[in-house]
Amino acid sequence: MVRSLVSSFFGQIGSLTIFSWRFIRSVFFPPYEFGEVKRHLDELGSRSLPLVGTTGFIVGLILAMQTRPTLFRFGADAYLPAMVAISFVRELGPVITALIVAGRVSSGIGAELGSMRVTEQIDAMEVSGIDPFKFLVVTRVLACIILQPLLTAIVNALGLFGAYISILIESDISWTLYWDSVIRSLTFADVIPGLAKTTIFGFIIGIVGCHQGYWTTGGTVGVGKASTTAVVLSSLLIILVDMILVKITVWVWG
Amino acid sequence: MGLIEVRNVSKSFNGLPVLEDVNLVVEEGTTVVILGKSGVGKSVLLKAIIGLIEPDAGSIRIDGHEVVGMKRKDLNALRRQMGYLFQGAALYDSMSVRENLIFPLERREQLTREELEERIIRQLEMVGLEDAIDKMPAELSGGMKKRIALARALIINPRIMLYDEPTTGLDPITAREISYLIKELQHRYQPTSIAVTHDMMCARIIADKVAVLHDGVVEHEGSLDELEKVDNEIVRSFFATE
Repeated sequence: MVRSLVSSFFGQIGSLTIFSWRFIRSVFFPPYEFGEVKRHLDELGSRSLPLVGTTGFIVGLILAMQTRPTLFRFGADAYLPAMVAISFVRELGPVITALIVAGRVSSGIGAELGSMRVTEQIDAMEVSGIDPFKFLVVTRVLACIILQPLLTAIVNALGLFGAYISILIESDISWTLYWDSVIRSLTFADVIPGLAKTTIFGFIIGIVGCHQGYWTTGGTVGVGKASTTAVVLSSLLIILVDMILVKITVWVWG
Repeated sequence: MGLIEVRNVSKSFNGLPVLEDVNLVVEEGTTVVILGKSGVGKSVLLKAIIGLIEPDAGSIRIDGHEVVGMKRKDLNALRRQMGYLFQGAALYDSMSVRENLIFPLERREQLTREELEERIIRQLEMVGLEDAIDKMPAELSGGMKKRIALARALIINPRIMLYDEPTTGLDPITAREISYLIKELQHRYQPTSIAVTHDMMCARIIADKVAVLHDGVVEHEGSLDELEKVDNEIVRSFFATE
């Protein structure tokens, strides 16, 4: 059982690597389907924003609520805005956004391409002399790569706003003082790596969803399986890659 | 020499042979119907001809060009002269009927918006569905989907047309209508065609020549009149369904 799971995981990774390489080879060469990328940005962005925005706000609120008593115990509650800001911008914002988008978008892409595969729509594109990989995969992955930093920036802002509301309920902090503490506490090494890694998360979300959907077999059962596997694999890869990126960031910027 | 030549083609899936040494020659401008029961590999043969499935052995030549092992770029160029009607219509369900028809056309020909619109309306009129132009595939019946798929396949004026079970899943009246529509469009566009089906009524309407596929091999070939005289149980079983 464990052996077959491990073998299936590494089988998926191998196939995903080949698929990713095909993406890299295709993305720089014409024809460029800019209209299709824009359509996916509109669709995926509007589909994800309400959920990630609400979650970001609530997580910011909870983070401040949870951290405040501990800092208060050590007489360090003045550092609460700085602590929330660094945790959110460096780690929580990018990872929470990525995991939610993985659940929302990666599964959606897997199901959409999967049903196109089983109803021969991908074959129909291929026999028309149109490269379905370019039209369906490259455009979706590019949209995810562009979208992820934008969504994360919004989630960070809403999370920090949620934290402000939480602090405001407990103490009498002004809007200006809170944001001044937040901005002063953040450095280049907090903001840029935090946002930069989201492009990699976007790539994982897009490529895993497309890979699962594009090679779906087994009819409607296969579509369901593609959708579920897309969420599981993309979430797992996001966590693993994040661990490596955190190590690299700490090593480079301290 | 035929426009399409299939020589000694074999294909297995998971060790199970589906096609075994299939030979078929289709002359330019003719319509060949491949008759066979479900699961004998008719669709596999059609997909091998258009390069969607790679045969294990044999050769498929279209207009003298070898399709087996052909580079993707050359294959795409060849496919631009071909139309394919899928068994389930395979309309793009995120696109309206108009977008379904525009999609292959605008990627092959440099046309203005007005010219594209004119071609689409003309094509839809031909299949009797000009009112469905703004509908989504989910809003169409099975027969309407087949008509739109036919319009989409023929809008590029293909030199070769492949039909995969054109009447499957339709009621007998709609199946007859679709068969006559294919016949009319064949007459208008004059493509060289292969249709795979198990429907004798459809074969009678559209075929110039019939090939009976059984157990992975072409058992008999000829006109319907010739086949009717053949003393073979498999061949006779098709005529018995009429």
